[in-house]
Amino acid sequence: MRRAISIFLLIIVTVGISMSLAKIPFGVPKTKVGRHYINEGVKETGATNIVTSVVVSYRGFDTLGEVTVLFIAAIGLGAILSTVRNKTVKEIEPASLVLYTGCRLLFPLILIFGTYIFIHGHLTPGGGFQGGAIIASGFLLIYLGCRERRISRIASNLAESLGGLIFVVIGLLGLVFGGYFLLNFLPKGTANTLFSAGIIPIIYIAIGFKVGSELASIIDNLIEES
Amino acid sequence: MIFVVSFLVVLMLVGAVAASIFRDLISAVIAAALVSLIASILFYFLQAPDVAMAEAAIGAALTAAIFIIAIRRTKRYEE
Repeated sequence: MRRAISIFLLIIVTVGISMSLAKIPFGVPKTKVGRHYINEGVKETGATNIVTSVVVSYRGFDTLGEVTVLFIAAIGLGAILSTVRNKTVKEIEPASLVLYTGCRLLFPLILIFGTYIFIHGHLTPGGGFQGGAIIASGFLLIYLGCRERRISRIASNLAESLGGLIFVVIGLLGLVFGGYFLLNFLPKGTANTLFSAGIIPIIYIAIGFKVGSELASIIDNLIEES
Repeated sequence: MIFVVSFLVVLMLVGAVAASIFRDLISAVIAAALVSLIASILFYFLQAPDVAMAEAAIGAALTAAIFIIAIRRTKRYEE
C-alpha cells in the first residue's frame, strides 16, 4: 500500500516537473536582468569576470548572508564537538617518509594557488569561496600527511574574524560615502588589470581568508575529535 | 564531444546508484565523490568554470574527507 502511494506520488511529481519544464525554451535568454549584467557589468563594476561582479557587487548582500551561514555552521560544529571532546592525548603514529615529504612539498604550492584564485577573482574564474576551499584542502593534506602539525587556533580565529570585519566595514563605508550598503566607492581603474574594480578584490580577499579559515577549522575540529 | 559527455553522464549515474546501494560506507563516499568530480567536469564543459572549481574543491575533496572522518568515528558497514 505504501509502495503504491509512493510510486503514485513520484509519477505526479515527475509529470508536474516535466510539464512545467517543457514550456521553457533551452538556451534562450529569458530575463532582462541577465542581459543587463552581461552587457553593462564590466562598465558598471570594472570586474571582467561577470560572475564576480554579480556575486560581490550586484548581489553582495546575499554573499554576506552566505558567509554568515558558513560561519554559523563552523561555530555550531565547534560548540557541539567541544562538549564531547575527550581529553586523553592519543599517541599519533607518524606517516611514511614519502607521504610526509610529498605533503610538505605540495602544501605551499596549494596555498599559493588558492591565494592566486581569490586575488584574481575579478579577472579570472574563481573567487573567495573557491580559493578558500582550495586553501582548506591544503590544510586537509597537512592534517593527513604531517599529523603532528596543527594550525594555531588563534591565527585561524583571527583570520576568520578579520575577514568578516573587513567585509562588513567596507559595506558600511559604502553606506557612509554614497548612501547604500556595499557601494563601490573606490576608483574602478582600467578593466583587466589587477588593481581595478574598486572594492571587489578587497572583499574577495576578505572572503577568501574567512572561508579558508572556517573550512580549515571545521576539519581541525573533526580530526582533533577522531 | 557528445560521446565524451554521454560517457561522463552514464558514469555519473553509475556512481550515484552505487553510492546508494553500497553496504561499505567508505566505498559509498568514494562513489559520491566521483559524482561530484564528474559534475565539476560537466560544469566546465558547460562553460561555468567558477562553479566547477567550487564543486571540485568542496564536493569532491572536503565533503568526502569530512564523511570519511565521521565514518572512522562510527561504523564502517551498514547493517
